[in-house]
Amino acid sequence: MTPHFLVSADTLDERAAVECLASDGAGAVATFVGRVRNSSRGRDVTRLEYEAYPEMAQRVFEQIADEAKTRHEIIDIAIHHRVGSLSIGEASVVIAVSSRHRAAAFDACRFAIDRLKQIAPIWKKEHGPDGSVWVEDRP
Amino acid sequence: MQVTVRLFAAHREAAGTHVVVAELPDGATVSDALERVCAQHPAIAKSARGIAFALNRTHVSADAALADGDEVALLPPVAGG
Repeated sequence: MTPHFLVSADTLDERAAVECLASDGAGAVATFVGRVRNSSRGRDVTRLEYEAYPEMAQRVFEQIADEAKTRHEIIDIAIHHRVGSLSIGEASVVIAVSSRHRAAAFDACRFAIDRLKQIAPIWKKEHGPDGSVWVEDRP
Repeated sequence: MQVTVRLFAAHREAAGTHVVVAELPDGATVSDALERVCAQHPAIAKSARGIAFALNRTHVSADAALADGDEVALLPPVAGG
């Protein structure tokens, strides 16, 4: 069984994230998949390199899940993030949420990815024809 | 006391290592650990802007007190997702 909170060097599997959710009472499952794009702020990107503080990221994912459950009427949530070198089109993050009704699943999914970008100890380096740079997102 | 300081991303590259072991006096804080690491690896001082800290895998402020065996982490601005 795939764990709910995962930092992995392996390819992410959206279906595995959905399947690990408790969902017997769920009428809705919403997922968000973040993918590697071929450009960023006007520069071409050929690949991304993700680095995490994995032990802490795991705990931060649990914290985000607790916050999502407090704010939204959801049943379960899974957060999976990739690390290592990723090619264009590969999934960098998968979030899956189950709930009784659809609104809570959509809202919690949005909340979780926004929060992850704010607080998860994860970094990315963009590689392109113009060189390489560590990204400093301002959420 | 002895603490382990973990480095990531631009800091790790600037220092050429992902971990620094720092010997600090009793009463030292996270800020003292940062100062020690910057003294050993001046390249990090240049990119210390916007830095956040973790102590034993929990976010803390720079004035958090340290104990022997603690794990400090210097966290550059994050960019997950």
